[in-house]
Amino acid sequence: MGTLIEEIFSRRAGGTVQAGEIVLLDVDYIMSHDNTTPLAIKAFREIGKPILDKNKIVLHLDHAYPAPNILAAENHRKILDFVKEQQLPHLFQQGVCHQVMLEEGFVTPGSIIIGADSHSNTYGAMGAFGTGLGSTEIGVAWVTGKCWFKVPETIRVELSGHTQPGVYAKDVMIHIAGLLGMDGGTYRSVEFGGEYIDNLPMHERIIFPNMSTEIGAKCGLIAADDVTIAYLENETPAKGPFERIVPANPRYERVLEIDVSLLAPQVACHPDVDNVKPLMAVEGLEVHEVYIGTCTNARYEDLEIVANILKGRKVNPLTRVIVTPASARIYKKALKNGLIEILIDAGCIVTGAGCGACIGRHGGILAPGERALTTMNRNFVGRMGSPLSEIYLASPATAAATALTGRITDPRGCL
Amino acid sequence: MSKAWTFGENMNTDEIIPGRYNITIDPLELAKNVFCEVKPEYVKNAQPGDVIVGGQNFGCGSSREHAPIAIKGSLAKCVIAASFARIFFRNAVNIGLPILECPEAAVGISEGDDVEVNLSTGEIINRTNGRRYQANPLPDFVLKIADAGGIVNFLKMHDIQEVLA
Ligand code: SF4
Repeated sequence: MGTLIEEIFSRRAGGTVQAGEIVLLDVDYIMSHDNTTPLAIKAFREIGKPILDKNKIVLHLDHAYPAPNILAAENHRKILDFVKEQQLPHLFQQGVCHQVMLEEGFVTPGSIIIGADSHSNTYGAMGAFGTGLGSTEIGVAWVTGKCWFKVPETIRVELSGHTQPGVYAKDVMIHIAGLLGMDGGTYRSVEFGGEYIDNLPMHERIIFPNMSTEIGAKCGLIAADDVTIAYLENETPAKGPFERIVPANPRYERVLEIDVSLLAPQVACHPDVDNVKPLMAVEGLEVHEVYIGTCTNARYEDLEIVANILKGRKVNPLTRVIVTPASARIYKKALKNGLIEILIDAGCIVTGAGCGACIGRHGGILAPGERALTTMNRNFVGRMGSPLSEIYLASPATAAATALTGRITDPRGCL
Repeated sequence: MSKAWTFGENMNTDEIIPGRYNITIDPLELAKNVFCEVKPEYVKNAQPGDVIVGGQNFGCGSSREHAPIAIKGSLAKCVIAASFARIFFRNAVNIGLPILECPEAAVGISEGDDVEVNLSTGEIINRTNGRRYQANPLPDFVLKIADAGGIVNFLKMHDIQEVLA
């Protein structure tokens, strides 16, 4: 009896748990990447006890990969040596960790996954509990297989209606971030549901739990349904049967009701994710880079939206337009179906799969005074390079329309 | 004396230490660049035992432990804030950086004030203006981990089950 998170935790705890309680739970998978694994190894060595279950550990090289400098290369070396030493079975180096976790079937309804990355909330799209933790706790979980959680209160976001053409899940989520604010979900589970979510395909659903991180949430959840099960069966090697855990007589701390029918394209403006404006308010603002990538919006369908807009056209010659598919698998499908050719002909540079320019290490670093419009989830000052640069967040369609003009542009004019 | 260094609302992990410096995990190396963009004078002038004071949602953003490690590496005594971001809170507990949640102190302490903090009782005294504040008490299991000097040390001596025992 309870909210989705109370239901998920209760199953694992083997008895009813409620918001406010502290529980120590077995976790299914423990995720970390090239940025966070070295510290986890350090914690692990200090603890001095063996790994409990190697099968639970999933490692990715994606944040600065392939290495753009010697220090990153040393990090990768450390991780690869550790994988060899401990004979770890799950190592991936073909895309953004969260996308690969989904594609490889690690994320199933009701599972509990901790990750040394704040966007581990993404796994909530499958009705799983995913949350981000620091590296030390990852090292601890390698040894114990467990993690402590305070069962969070829940904010329910009830979404109704259908978006208009040119308006996407990204616009809806940016709008929600603006309403709730950067700390509006702190320590909370944010449950997304309603008619709008029910009708949404998986690639659009993922955006909500992914960006629940931006409002400080412990997790963002969408209950598993037919869409979830179909995705798992058709797109991943995950083996069923899959549980359908749903809220049962839930008591929510707060319910936010939003009708998406009248929403226009939204932009989260420099310097905060909750500095949200309708695109109209910033239309025409010059941008120097358009970055289409990341765990938020670089799935096949996103690249398809971009390619449809750019097909037969040329991007503004003074704008850098970078496309980084979220995973190698997405890259391959885009290549096979001709999307990559369209993007290249339009003047984009397409990079290897990974986090790419998202964290300002490589592949699209911003100079002082430059402004980027990106499909990312986060626009912290200096995230993509110079602290004197600016980041604006929007949908892939808005990014494509903006790429054509070099100015923030409403995609509804070029669909 | 402990000098207070004050920071605003929603201090994110990139402001605590920009991502490009997170290529090392050495606390002293990280400490060289802590707050380098928002308050460059901190690195130059902070003394061991000084106190960081922040507003709401301190440490939001990335899950990187580099942020609390950099603060701990700078030898700050503790962080006082109106509230902490979730992952920062956990990370600070786990690495043994003392944190106190106290909205009144967060607004009642100004840059440069002389501050006395009793970590075990949560009492905060601003000696510059004579005001006293009481921080929200930390949950028992958090104190247990903090007392051991962090979760790693805790596990050297205990089983994980004992966290909640
Ligand atoms: S794509 Fe960006 S937000 Fe996503 S995991 Fe990588 S660095 Fe983090």
